[in-house]
Amino acid sequence: MVRFENVGLRYGMGPEVLKDINFSIAPRSFQYLTGPSGAGKTTLIRLVLMALKPTRGLVNLFGQDVSRLEAATLTDFRRRMGVVFQDFRLLDHLTVYENVALPLRVIGKEETSYRAEVVELLRWVGLGERMHAVPAVLSGGEKQRAAIARALISRPQLLLADEPTGNVDPGLGRRLLRLFMELQSLGTAVVIATHDIALMELYDAPRLVLADGHLHVDA
Amino acid sequence: MSMPEHLDMDEAEEERPRGSQRLPASLRRDQPLVPVDSVAGRALVVVIAILTFLAALSAGAAMLAARASEQWRGAVANEMTIQVRPDPRRNIEQDIARAVELARAVPSVAEARPMPRTESDKLLEPWLGAGLDLVELPVPRLIVLRLSSAVANDLVTFGQTLRREVPSATLDDHRLWVRRLSTMASTIILAGVAVVLLVLVAAGLAVAFATRGAMAGSRDSVEVLHFVGATDEFIAREFQTRFVALGLRGGAAGGFAAILAIALLGLLSSAWSATPEADQLQALFGAFEIGWSGYAVVVLVAAVVAAIAGLVSRLTVRHYLRAMG
Repeated sequence: MVRFENVGLRYGMGPEVLKDINFSIAPRSFQYLTGPSGAGKTTLIRLVLMALKPTRGLVNLFGQDVSRLEAATLTDFRRRMGVVFQDFRLLDHLTVYENVALPLRVIGKEETSYRAEVVELLRWVGLGERMHAVPAVLSGGEKQRAAIARALISRPQLLLADEPTGNVDPGLGRRLLRLFMELQSLGTAVVIATHDIALMELYDAPRLVLADGHLHVDA
Repeated sequence: MSMPEHLDMDEAEEERPRGSQRLPASLRRDQPLVPVDSVAGRALVVVIAILTFLAALSAGAAMLAARASEQWRGAVANEMTIQVRPDPRRNIEQDIARAVELARAVPSVAEARPMPRTESDKLLEPWLGAGLDLVELPVPRLIVLRLSSAVANDLVTFGQTLRREVPSATLDDHRLWVRRLSTMASTIILAGVAVVLLVLVAAGLAVAFATRGAMAGSRDSVEVLHFVGATDEFIAREFQTRFVALGLRGGAAGGFAAILAIALLGLLSSAWSATPEADQLQALFGAFEIGWSGYAVVVLVAAVVAAIAGLVSRLTVRHYLRAMG
């Protein structure tokens, strides 16, 4: 599904922040992306999302080399991925319902065709009573769950979650982890970027460890 | 999406879907996906309203000049006058009769009507006032000629014959005057059109800057839209919709203000119609009315401003997104 070969990234003329990155993500897999703060976890996620271009190496997504992608294919690939940002990135002027429905709205679906599905998902993540609220009045945990619901609504093949438990208490963190495990069992490949060792010990899965710009896989 | 039944989340337990629970008809508020800052949005509406007002007034003035020019042409294009000046050595009535006789002999003259003394005296009333005895004054007499066609080649010869036969008479060709007035009117119309075009360009530039500002302010939202699978086309359409709405609001406000201003000027001109100044203005510009076609032009200007707002915002967004990409 995702394959990185000898990928390197530098910003401008600065030093390489990611060096010789090699890893792959198989369909229906579950893995952690870990490393100390500032190691480049978010940068690596942005490379997978094609928000950044590598300065060298090969990035292969869904069987295609991304360096030769057309804009339409790039959009199609993004529609097959769900992403939970560390800072949630909910649109402040939209309600929780509108935020979660966003991936369906941008592909031109009629609201009547997805209303029940969005409401069901919101109830599933415990936001059934908060669907009319705007992000400004939500707690950190509620925003986190809204961001997760938005990432899931389009049934992605790959879910990238950047520090999804970073803003919630340990209890909610554990519940969110169980949610991701459920998703994997439903067929989604899940990558969770975290530096929370306690969380990783709750569920054993391969770890992609980033340190000093290098990545190694800790199975 | 089929949800598992055993999600272990406290809140979820409490809010498990309730089978037959009915959903509201719509949960969307049709909020624009890309927020345009309300202060900047309002400022843009005001700028567009002012520009539309100016453009609509210019278009209205051009329409007024066009109508006035049409009226002048219609009134005098087929008319000429012979002016017979009083000369103590000559009998003016005989000169008039001779001039009329000569005029009637010209094929392109359909009618020659000597203007009675009372009527020509009346022409002086706006300048000299009513009730004056003008018998002692050497007031010229006029003969009004109605031409059978606008193209009259025999009038030059007629003018020469008239000068020879009746030395105190001169032939006034109104068509030269009409041509000059028409040139003046055309200049006014061209200036009006130029002002409208300049204002439209200014409106386009204002929208382009506002769009760039909105894009810079919405960079995060645009990035999120990209990540959730929005195409550049979709994002450009969202901005376009927003700016067309702002353009329509500004255009409608400016156009309405212009229609109001023109209608008010029309009312004021009819209220002052009894005064000599108003008569003079009416003689120059005709009735202060732009008619339904004029009002249609004002509405058209407002619509074009809104269309320009949409088009420019779309192009600006596409350019910005390409640069972002």
